[in-house]
Amino acid sequence: MSINATLLIQIIAFVLLIWFVNKVLWGPISKLMEERQKRIADGLSAAEKGKRELELAEKRAKEVLKEAKEQAQNIIGQAEKRANEIVDDAKTKAQEEADRVRAGAQAELAQEVAAAREQLRGDVAKLAVAGAGQILAVEIDAAKHQDILDRLVKQI
Amino acid sequence: MGTVEYIQHHLQNNAVCSADNINPATGLCEGFWTFHMDTILISIALGALIILVAARLGKRLEAGAPSGFQNAVEGVLDFVGQQVRDTFPGKNPLIAPLALTIFVWVWLMNFMDLIPVDLLPLLAQMVTGDPHFHLKVVPTTDLNTTMAMALSVFALIIFYNIKVKGLWGFTKMFLFHPFGKFFIPFNIVMTLIEEVSKPLSLGLRLFGNMFAGELVFLLIALIGGTLAVGIGALFWAPLQALLGLGWLIFHILVITLQAFIFMVLTIVYLGMAHTEMDDH
Repeated sequence: MSINATLLIQIIAFVLLIWFVNKVLWGPISKLMEERQKRIADGLSAAEKGKRELELAEKRAKEVLKEAKEQAQNIIGQAEKRANEIVDDAKTKAQEEADRVRAGAQAELAQEVAAAREQLRGDVAKLAVAGAGQILAVEIDAAKHQDILDRLVKQI
Repeated sequence: MGTVEYIQHHLQNNAVCSADNINPATGLCEGFWTFHMDTILISIALGALIILVAARLGKRLEAGAPSGFQNAVEGVLDFVGQQVRDTFPGKNPLIAPLALTIFVWVWLMNFMDLIPVDLLPLLAQMVTGDPHFHLKVVPTTDLNTTMAMALSVFALIIFYNIKVKGLWGFTKMFLFHPFGKFFIPFNIVMTLIEEVSKPLSLGLRLFGNMFAGELVFLLIALIGGTLAVGIGALFWAPLQALLGLGWLIFHILVITLQAFIFMVLTIVYLGMAHTEMDDH
């Protein structure tokens, strides 16, 4: 029970054991644990980064979507406007065409009426000359009495 | 065998010494050059156990998700590392392995206390055929073991004191501490006591706790051994079992606590050695 040389042996054993424990137990395992700790920390920060990037991407996607919607709205609006314009244009053109056709028809009609009237006038003049000739029993020289005839025609 | 002989026999180390040192009256070894073979062999065997288990574990270390035993070992390492980080200022790669060695080795040596007190000695007596074969199975109930560790730590304390503070700083610590320059002789005495009490408190605390624990186990073992005769056995044998169980459970706490205290005090003392003294 007293202090003796066992003490020396125990000191040597203790020192050797510390050396061995450092070599085979503390050294490798604490290194392993440190590496794992680092890996976990890296993983966590990477996950955090990924999450942030995802959020950013989602935000961007939303913006792009909003922009696209606006653009689509614009395009639709423009298309509607254009369609209205085209319809209006077509309407005006049709109206114009119709007007033109009607005007042409009316002009032709008027011309034909005038021509018919002229012809009728000529015919009446001839009829009148023939009638007068017969009444006077004199051959009227058409060339001689042209001015009379013309006056007559105008009077009819 | 009488009660006193039983206890004395159990508290006797298996000592080996040269023939000159054997006391002819008692037949026991005396003097410094005595070796307690049981203490030495058991403590070295337990140390070898640590190394073997660690080496086996080291071959199949799993870096990713540790499981089972590796997890438990990492838990212990983490616990010790945390203690060092909490109480030790600065960096010294020796402190953590030292603390780990102390904690695990002391715990294992203390754990020998939980093996029934008569089991291993009886086995040894049967194997050797010597009914008086001495075997004290708990190395930490031998002052040599606890003081060996305490003195090793003390040597480290002095080494780091001189290394960190310098020889003059170390001397100053004795001269001007704790009461300044006008109490130099008193300071020297005080600081000497303070420093010497470190290894003594380390070694004697562990020894005292484990020795007392062992003694209580012996006394409990005696209840059944001496009183359980005839009809009395119906009462005494269960009482011994009950008391033994109670003390055993309590002792699980004690052995862990003592290993922990030895470790923490080592860290604290070495931490103190690493801090610069403020000048008085």
